[in-house]
Amino acid sequence: MKKLFRYLKPYRFPIGFVLILIFLQSLSDLYLPTLLADIVDHGIVLGDTPYIWRIGGLMLLVAAFGAICSVAAGYLSSRVSAGFGMRLRGEMFRHVENFSLQEFDKIGTASLITRTTNDITQVQQVLTMMLRMMISAPMLCIGGILMAVSKDAKLSLIFVAVIPILALAIFTIVSRGMPLFKALQKKLDRLNLVLRESLTGIRVVRSFNRIEHEKRRFGEANRDLTDTATKVNRIMAAMMPVMMLIMNFSSIAIIWFGSIRIDNNHMQVGDLMAFLQYAMQILFSLMMVSMMFVMIPRASASATRINEVLDTVPDISDPAEPKRGDGRRGWLAFENVTFHYPGAEKPALERISFEARPGEVTAIIGGTGSGKSTLVSLIPRFYDVTEGSVRIDGVDVRELSQAELRAKIGYVPQQAVLFSGSIAENIRYGKEDATDEEITHAAEVAQAADFISEMKDGYDSVIAQGGTNVSGGQKQRLSIARALVRHPEIYVFDDSFSALDFKTDAKLRAAMRRETTEATVLIVAQRVSTVMDADRIVVLEDGAIAGMGTHRELMESSQVYREIVASQLAEEEIA
Amino acid sequence: MSEEKNRPRGRAGGGHPGGPMGGMGMPVQKAKDFKGTFRRLAGYLKPHKGALLFVLAAAILSTVFSIVSPKIMGKATTKLFEGLMMKMKGVPGAAVDFGYIGDILLLLVGLYLVSSLFAYIQQYVMAGVAQRTVYDLRREVNEKLARLPLKFFDSRTHGEILSRAVNDVDNISSTLQQSLTQLITSVVTLVGVIVMMLTISPLLTLIVFLTLPLSVFVAKSVATRSQTFFKGQQKSLGELNGHVEEMYTGHRIVKAFGREEKSVAAFHEINEKLYESGWKAQFVSGIIMPLMSFVSNIGYVFVSVVGGILVTKRSIEIGDIQAFIQYTRQFSMPITQLANIANVIQSTIASAERVFELLDEQEEVPETARSAAGQLGRPRGDIRFEQVDFGYKEDAPLLKDLNINVSSGQTVAIVGPTGAGKTTLINLLMRFYELDGGRITIDGTNITELKRGELRSLFGMVLQDTWLFNGTIRDNIAYGREGATEEEVVEAAQAAHADHFIRTLPEGYDTVLNEDASNISQGQKQLLTIARAILADPAILILDEATSSVDTRTEVYIQRAMNQLMEGRTSFVIAHRLSTIREADLILVMNHGTVIEKGTHEELLAQDGFYADLYNSQFAGGMVQDAG
Repeated sequence: MKKLFRYLKPYRFPIGFVLILIFLQSLSDLYLPTLLADIVDHGIVLGDTPYIWRIGGLMLLVAAFGAICSVAAGYLSSRVSAGFGMRLRGEMFRHVENFSLQEFDKIGTASLITRTTNDITQVQQVLTMMLRMMISAPMLCIGGILMAVSKDAKLSLIFVAVIPILALAIFTIVSRGMPLFKALQKKLDRLNLVLRESLTGIRVVRSFNRIEHEKRRFGEANRDLTDTATKVNRIMAAMMPVMMLIMNFSSIAIIWFGSIRIDNNHMQVGDLMAFLQYAMQILFSLMMVSMMFVMIPRASASATRINEVLDTVPDISDPAEPKRGDGRRGWLAFENVTFHYPGAEKPALERISFEARPGEVTAIIGGTGSGKSTLVSLIPRFYDVTEGSVRIDGVDVRELSQAELRAKIGYVPQQAVLFSGSIAENIRYGKEDATDEEITHAAEVAQAADFISEMKDGYDSVIAQGGTNVSGGQKQRLSIARALVRHPEIYVFDDSFSALDFKTDAKLRAAMRRETTEATVLIVAQRVSTVMDADRIVVLEDGAIAGMGTHRELMESSQVYREIVASQLAEEEIA
Repeated sequence: MSEEKNRPRGRAGGGHPGGPMGGMGMPVQKAKDFKGTFRRLAGYLKPHKGALLFVLAAAILSTVFSIVSPKIMGKATTKLFEGLMMKMKGVPGAAVDFGYIGDILLLLVGLYLVSSLFAYIQQYVMAGVAQRTVYDLRREVNEKLARLPLKFFDSRTHGEILSRAVNDVDNISSTLQQSLTQLITSVVTLVGVIVMMLTISPLLTLIVFLTLPLSVFVAKSVATRSQTFFKGQQKSLGELNGHVEEMYTGHRIVKAFGREEKSVAAFHEINEKLYESGWKAQFVSGIIMPLMSFVSNIGYVFVSVVGGILVTKRSIEIGDIQAFIQYTRQFSMPITQLANIANVIQSTIASAERVFELLDEQEEVPETARSAAGQLGRPRGDIRFEQVDFGYKEDAPLLKDLNINVSSGQTVAIVGPTGAGKTTLINLLMRFYELDGGRITIDGTNITELKRGELRSLFGMVLQDTWLFNGTIRDNIAYGREGATEEEVVEAAQAAHADHFIRTLPEGYDTVLNEDASNISQGQKQLLTIARAILADPAILILDEATSSVDTRTEVYIQRAMNQLMEGRTSFVIAHRLSTIREADLILVMNHGTVIEKGTHEELLAQDGFYADLYNSQFAGGMVQDAG
């Protein structure tokens, strides 16, 4: 939590003002009872009506002054807390945008989203509360004590007795309630989990006839949650009554001891009345502080999660002096590349070497977990190699600037990702200044033109967030069009044809062959039929190259390749 | 993610009544039928009538005791003041009557004790009632979910259902816990304070009342203004969250296309907008408090002044002024509280309405009382579709007059492009959906004459979206049959070729699958679901052959396990493998949700229709060229 306060630095002065304003406001609040005491002690005792009116007018002014201070403090503090949220959010987003996939893997995309949105909102809310209450509570307390002591120092000794008792009472209750609050959250999560599981698995649950079992599971979680919630609420039930009791008892004590002091002419009746109100202010402010104890742990959990992100240093950064390519366009070489995912025992890729030249199609095939996607992820430098090097046009990708490197590459991911916006905007994502002709051309090559023209608004049709309003195959074709419009030197297709039926797949590849004659093409695939006519097929198994060559060559030389082919095609159809 | 998008909620189930006025002026969700929903919700409290009456009594007593106290305390002050005045005037023998003051103070000690005690009891009892009620509600929701047809689940996101079953119910819970008793105390306090003020001085009461319209006006006008800003804030926040979600999930693409700067710029723009509406919303809603307290201070000043004058005129006592001032302070609190509670109750009723909507959803067609299971005996697995009509929507029929005849032990291959609606047949077989016409029989018995449980226990399913739950591997396999022994689980795992990989895991069969079961591979998951189906030992099988995301070795295992499973059982296979398709006794070709062709491999090839086309492009095409 504290670490995040550095984002408050630009707001030092406004915060200082807020402090002053709130102090003034609490003083004016406290000054009202003092004036009332004057009314009692001078006005009433002497029967001086004009004096009462005069003081009344003064009281109005003081009240108005207090209100103005409070509004001004509110203005400043809302700007401060909203500004703090904005800065923190902006900083966080910019930081995360610089992350490589490694950091995304480590923290998790969903978690990063929650951290950037919910967690920051949570911290901002607490800051708002703090600026409103946490500052004003001590101010009220200090002000109250000052006024009380100035009225009657001896009588103020009562606070010396009461405050520790109140603090102890609050501490006892809160310290018993706190762990239960945490347990409560866990049990709520558990209930959520059980319910979500029975929703996602509803077909399985019903087909295995296990509805009763699921009911029992839910019942247990429900009972557990209910028990804890009841316990927590029963403990917290003591909070208010106990605090009220302490406050009321202290006013009784004030009256009793005050009366004695009045009788001995140490103070006046009006002073006693004022004193009672000071006491209320002081104790109230302490109660406010106790509420904050409930809020801070929640925010500090959020703050920790935020700091974790901000403290993560991206693994991949631009070299100090980026080099340029040697003038060739699209020469790709893997030289003895070994790659470990962080913390993994076995390398995901081991000693991979191959070359791909412009005008060639290189296919990579292998089972799940064989390292195909990992291999192509190294080309746009989503990850850095552990050993060896990936070279483009003779230069190690780590020595190029990321912007220049990626400008050379047209990447089509396994899971087609589209952004909200029109179809044209989505394709233009590949090349910002693409003309309409370029876009339609790319769509045609990607076999997307037909379904786009069938849509009501054609290229202006809007894609919903997450691309939920287009089918998987359509998404894939659009994401291919996005790469095509870029006219890159190197195409990387990471298993990007899986959602297409064979007809479309065949047409698409035929159209693309014409389009990519001068580019280097890398295709990751599961289906043998997709890779069969590649210039070079790289067979991966367990992260190592198990064979390399054309289909015909591999059928002869590679056992692994033959197995893959056999598992997909009936024997007599294998050439 | 959708369930993470939290609606603005009142509070988070804490235990501090009153609370800071954080949410004032925030827009509130409203119920469509407030009265009806309210009544229905009240119905849930009925069983706790006794306890609630007790709470009510305790709340009233506690409040009444705390309300009379200032007046009594005032008496002590008055006595003190009188004694002093007498002394000042030099009345002989005048002294402060400490005996009287002491008595009053002792009385106060008693009153406060009783008041606090009742306040505690009231909260304590309410905790039990509230949680019990919510427990029942949650259970009812869950039981309802078990009776709803799959149609319901298919047409809604999980987030939406979860939000009703968890968040909305939680919202009701915290309202019952806090706001209900607060409502009682606030009303009692308000009434009590007014009564006490009137008994002290009608004139002063009138002054306080005059400030009322002023505070209502202030609160209202500020609240309306802040609504606009809150709406703006909510909108920007939604936009911002959307952008973050999109950019993070598409991070790979953002990087690959070098669009980081663009994305940051777009973010800053939204962030700026959020800031603008955010601070305004906060400021305007935050203004309410100081303005209200200013209005109440005005009342305070006038009470002091007028009261002071009244005392000098000897029309009221000094202690009464002191009491009155305390009442004025107490007067404004229940009013703001009531305004707050009104909002909370509105959003609670809206929550309750959503929960009740769920409870009122149409359930599955009730089962026939008479079970025909006895007639089945040991099921053979003869299946007939007779003139089956079906459509998910009434105006869009998918299946028309479909007739299929499958004999025991035969294999039916279902073939077609992705999204052709191959799961429709399964939905009908397992009676997840009801037919629009015709009938489906198993061994001659109409499936509607069977209990759903019995019907479904005839089937075993191995689907592509392998569903496993957060539990041990053993429990996940044992899910196939209730009461399966350890040996049976291991045998099933062995038959499914899963035993070996399970034993290589550090905890073996006790390995706990994490929430999204990401600690084992996709292929391993599939093996577990096969083991589960083997353990269930069904008469009829439904298999999804798709193993695209599995490596070759595991695939071979899966294939072997599946073949073993299919031995001697009637099987419906969503087929991807040519060998399966060609050896099938019947092929159903599906496209756009309907069965467009059916027959054996040879028959269909001879027809030279969709299947022949599909077959040639999918399985033969490339080969022929390559071979030629």
